[in-house]
Amino acid sequence: MTDTAANASTHEPIVELRGVNKWFDDFHVLRDINLTVGRGEKVVICGPSGSGKSTVIRCINRLEEHQEGDILVDNVELTGDIRRIDAVRRKVGMVFQSFNLFPHLSVMDNLTLGPTLAQGVPQQEAEQRADELLRRVRIPDQARKFPGQLSGGQQQRVAIARALMLRPQVMLFDEPTSALDPEMIHEVLDVMTELAEAGMTMICVTHEMGFARKVADLVVFMDAGEVVEAAPPQQFFEDPASERTRLFLSQILH
Amino acid sequence: MAPICISSAKPTHAPPRPPPQRTDSWSHWLRRNFFQNAGSAVMTALALWALFVTVPRLVRWAFVNAVWYTQDAADCHAAAGACWAIVPEKYRVMLFGTFPYEEHWRGVLVIAIVLGLSALSTIRRLWSYWLCVAWLVATAAVFTLLLGGVFGLRPIGTHEWGGLPLTLVMFVGTVVGGIPAGILLALGRRSKMPAISALCVGFIEIVRGLPLVTVLFMASLMFPLFMPEGVTIDKFLRAQIAMTLFFAAYAAEVVRGGLQAIPRGQYEAADTVGLNYWQKMTRIILPQVMRIVLPSMMNEIIRAFKNTTFVGIIGLFDVLRATSTAIQDPVWVRYSIEAYLFIFILYFVLCFAMSKYSERVERDLAVGR
Repeated sequence: MTDTAANASTHEPIVELRGVNKWFDDFHVLRDINLTVGRGEKVVICGPSGSGKSTVIRCINRLEEHQEGDILVDNVELTGDIRRIDAVRRKVGMVFQSFNLFPHLSVMDNLTLGPTLAQGVPQQEAEQRADELLRRVRIPDQARKFPGQLSGGQQQRVAIARALMLRPQVMLFDEPTSALDPEMIHEVLDVMTELAEAGMTMICVTHEMGFARKVADLVVFMDAGEVVEAAPPQQFFEDPASERTRLFLSQILH
Repeated sequence: MAPICISSAKPTHAPPRPPPQRTDSWSHWLRRNFFQNAGSAVMTALALWALFVTVPRLVRWAFVNAVWYTQDAADCHAAAGACWAIVPEKYRVMLFGTFPYEEHWRGVLVIAIVLGLSALSTIRRLWSYWLCVAWLVATAAVFTLLLGGVFGLRPIGTHEWGGLPLTLVMFVGTVVGGIPAGILLALGRRSKMPAISALCVGFIEIVRGLPLVTVLFMASLMFPLFMPEGVTIDKFLRAQIAMTLFFAAYAAEVVRGGLQAIPRGQYEAADTVGLNYWQKMTRIILPQVMRIVLPSMMNEIIRAFKNTTFVGIIGLFDVLRATSTAIQDPVWVRYSIEAYLFIFILYFVLCFAMSKYSERVERDLAVGR
């Protein structure tokens, strides 16, 4: 249950959000967000829909632009500078709710395109890396298939492998199991759990509270663009401090 | 006592089996399609009557009483049917226009190269790097043959070009130049840089607001007025550029429709795996866009082929203009309908082949999606 990997938490922050504010037109979607994630640590963000939890992690690799405050990833501050954005994106892998695999490319090409084009990794080396990762996400024999021929759970595991191809230091998960049929959720969560046990720094937006309890170092509850509560899972689930958290937990834990 | 539930379901015990055979006899089919009700029966009767009146006359004119070959127009005059003899009599002028008579073999080679390579390009197995090389070689060969001046070939000015070689070169040039230009315009239209976006929107909207005839007139008559003294650009080239830009504006709108159909997640995924703008566009977005827009793009391509007939208006002798010149001959002028029908069949065969080919590509690309 506890993280036993050698390269676990080193008490060195890798992702830092300081006083981050963001608006969609006039709508104040992120209000003064402060969040620090240590290297090797796993943070689960939960909250009702529209609470801004996806927006937070999308700001971390600049899929969304924040208007106020600082975001630092591995000591690189995110600004409008395209080179900094590229530098941050190389350190950060992302898994989406709707997989977003490239439908016109084979699984192998989905994996190798990023490293070969963006980092100049030789094709053969990229394919070796891809084979290794496909074994790790337990779909070693599907490399020649197209995404449309795979089940949802398999597609999401390919997406995880694709995000790992650039050897990121942080993995972002944006509701990775929300688009899956119930019988496929566990195969994706198993892969994520293994990744966590291997010491990867992870920030997950998810409603899978079992996963949060098992894997997270910190659970963050957001509502209406604010961080309402942040606590280790034991405390978060057994003894939440805020009434809003308690109400939310009672709704999703039945 | 709890209320009694009357809902129920029985567990199934049935192995899978083939669907039941459709029992559809031809009399049933006939009734369903042609005599469903009184209205439908009347329409069927009317249609049969119309066919009965027209078809035998058409067959008598086009086949039974037709003159297929003669060198004397008087034979046609004596016959009651179509005079197809005008085609063998005039086909060299119709197909090659103003192209010098003794050099027609060069035009034949050009037609063979363009049509042959186009046919080869439709075979999916041959799609490779070598096909691009073949097209480059073919382009060089086509222009060598048409222009001459090397390898002992007599030089031929573009003002002497005509007929099917001119139509084909104009068409291929329009499409090959117009699709990349259209893609760039569509991307430019969505650019975040206001100057580029405004430029592209302006160009597309202006060109779409003008009839092709006016664009060609501008290229042929007005454009030389703006050029400095002594600088002239070849009339064929001017028409080619005008046709290409006209096609590009329409292609741009087709591509824009496809770009809008690509989910935002595809752009975001490309961003997160570290691709830059051009890598993202050429490897991720545009391949998907081109699949989506294939039917409407093929529509524009077929239209571009038919639009080549407009260059006749500014004095280039494409197939249609060459044909209308060929039938000026007072001896044969009364048989112009037959000549135009021949050209109609030529256009139809080429357009229909393109349309069928696009259908097949669509089917092929649908596999694995």
